[in-house]
Amino acid sequence: MSGADNVVWLGTPPFPEAARAALADTRLRANLRRATGTIRDRRLAVTAELDDWEDLRDTAAAVKRRTLRHLDRHLLRLEETVTAAGGTVHWAADAAEANAIVTRLVQATGESEIVKVKSMTTQEIGLNEALAEAGIRAYETDLAELIVQLDGDRPSHILVPAIHRGRSEIREIFRRQMGKWGRPAPEGLTDDPRDLAEAARLHLREKFLRAKVAVSGANFAAADTGTVVVVESEGNGRMCLTLPETLITVMGIEKVLPSFADLDVFLRLLPRSSTGERMNPYTSLWTGVTEGDGPQDFHLVLLDNGRTATLADEVGRQALSCIRCSACLNVCPVYERTGGHAYGSVYPGPIGAVLTPQLVGVENAASLPFASTLCGACYDACPVKIDIPEVLVHLRAKAVEAKRRDRLLPTPEAFAMKAAGVVLSSPRRLAAVQRLAALGARLVARDGWIGVLPGPFARWSGTRDTPAPARESLRAWWRRTREAGRTTTEGKGR
Amino acid sequence: MRIALFITCFNDMMFPRTGRAVTELLERLGHTVEFPQGQTCCGQMHFNTGYRPETLPMVRRFAEVFAGYDAVVTPSGSCAGMVRDHHRVVAAELGDSALTEAVERVVPTVYELSELLVDVLDVTDVGAHFPHRVTYHPTCHSLRMLRVGDRPLRLLRAVQGIDLVELPAAESCCGFGGTFALKNADVSNAMLADKMRHVLDTGAEYLCAGDNSCLTHIGGGLSRLRTGVGTMHLAEILASTEGNVR
Repeated sequence: MSGADNVVWLGTPPFPEAARAALADTRLRANLRRATGTIRDRRLAVTAELDDWEDLRDTAAAVKRRTLRHLDRHLLRLEETVTAAGGTVHWAADAAEANAIVTRLVQATGESEIVKVKSMTTQEIGLNEALAEAGIRAYETDLAELIVQLDGDRPSHILVPAIHRGRSEIREIFRRQMGKWGRPAPEGLTDDPRDLAEAARLHLREKFLRAKVAVSGANFAAADTGTVVVVESEGNGRMCLTLPETLITVMGIEKVLPSFADLDVFLRLLPRSSTGERMNPYTSLWTGVTEGDGPQDFHLVLLDNGRTATLADEVGRQALSCIRCSACLNVCPVYERTGGHAYGSVYPGPIGAVLTPQLVGVENAASLPFASTLCGACYDACPVKIDIPEVLVHLRAKAVEAKRRDRLLPTPEAFAMKAAGVVLSSPRRLAAVQRLAALGARLVARDGWIGVLPGPFARWSGTRDTPAPARESLRAWWRRTREAGRTTTEGKGR
Repeated sequence: MRIALFITCFNDMMFPRTGRAVTELLERLGHTVEFPQGQTCCGQMHFNTGYRPETLPMVRRFAEVFAGYDAVVTPSGSCAGMVRDHHRVVAAELGDSALTEAVERVVPTVYELSELLVDVLDVTDVGAHFPHRVTYHPTCHSLRMLRVGDRPLRLLRAVQGIDLVELPAAESCCGFGGTFALKNADVSNAMLADKMRHVLDTGAEYLCAGDNSCLTHIGGGLSRLRTGVGTMHLAEILASTEGNVR
């Protein structure tokens, strides 16, 4: 199983098609608009509270960029410190290796059930499916992940995987599915958030108290102390990280920070950027194993899965600075209307549009870099200042290059671009085309507007009129009114 | 000041009245405006769609044609952003050191209209008169690539007779995005629908912006729905005077 099989969900159509289906779902759009709007306003309010917010962003961006430049060194240091603290470090080049390592570790405990928290990286590698093949059942314990798992669904948001679901939908999912996974939903469950949370609490408590093995992700790891960090809101993570006997953490190699002191900046940036909270309710830190307290067997799986290839790209590598706060999703006008599933990847939204194509190879996710208007709202919101629009246009060029290389060109688009390039590289040719267009427009325009257009413009003209080209271009007007009888040395009229 | 007008390929063909407005306005303020006939396009469409080698001739031409002016002005935030942010990228990736030097020389002289007026010419009241209800859409590239901030609004507030009303959710993208509107037409439409709703909520007669491409997208939608709301480039409002309301 290659990385691409999991990061990108097989069978998902290209973004424009998937987006069309999502746009037709009015309930989805209402859920998204409400949820992203709320988080967006909260984030703006709490970031405005800090005078040094921009300094924090600069510092965080600098730490991340510097860490990525010497990633090898920090990872080796992390291996050293984790090992010294009684943990075991495993290196996984891709999804298949990571899944094999985790499966083997769980099998060694003799258990056939595990609890999970912070599951995005394990979603990336398809761990639950791999464990299921080995007869091991994995239970998601984050409330939103639980909802997604119970429904046989896919996460659609980095922070709020079930953002596309409303309260009444969640009640239905609980009523229908909870019994199949453990303790059923209580009789007469309402869609009151308190009621729903209580149902989840009762359902999950049984799992926590029974589980001998937990699998987690990680938000950060400090190389100098070997400390691994999980940041969360519900306390379910803390149950997973403390109650079981064996803890297996699967972490992308980009999550390492040089030192424990670096956490200072990131633990201030992350909650404000992600949930719009000044501080998140639960921050769990653990360093190896502690006798008589917490899991007595700790394994850290360091996952590459396309990350070193991403690191090799000088423009694209900044995507690895991402701390998975989801601020870019919440401000993205495209995400707000399509939701996460349209991106066909574990990582949706603007960050997904730059991260996914790099992890799996741009030719395997070629529509994603184009799933943006380049409005730049994501860059402004990013706490670690990833210039997402810059990476998007960089990857667009790579997507076109890949097509050239694989001789998939000329497409109609490439032909049009070439033709436009020929026209636009010569003012004389441009002027000739302008005269032709003005002539043609006069035949089809009514009151200065053109209605239906052919070919690639058909979808555009379904909802918009197009203004007719002017009878006289500015260039022609200037020549007629300003340069008549005068000679000019300005410009070269090639 | 000797100012070159970079009209942009789109305005040249579709909205020459914007270029005439820029010219009248700057001449009214006592400056010399020149139109280098060798100009074509900033290359944004090619660059943003991933066709970088095709962008190179346009970058080269721009640096050549616009060399040596006190200032180059363009009535398009997005084309100004292309020149400022991306011409050096193209030059570095595909050009030679001579091109890079030429680009570095010309880029600091390139201004979007409101930047030129407020920052370089140091004027906010341009003596305009426009007795209409107007709402202003800050286009994404002006807002986030160029960071023009409230310069256009300061210019508009100084216009006599204007009834300037705030646009709800003004900073949301209208959904144009160049080839995005063709490649992702459905998402673009959904964004346009919201933008139009906000424009209509203001009761404005005119929607104003510093970029005719965004205005074409929103204005085309407003026209199709027969809303009666017009679109007008910032330059045209600023060029209007009591005796000559556009």
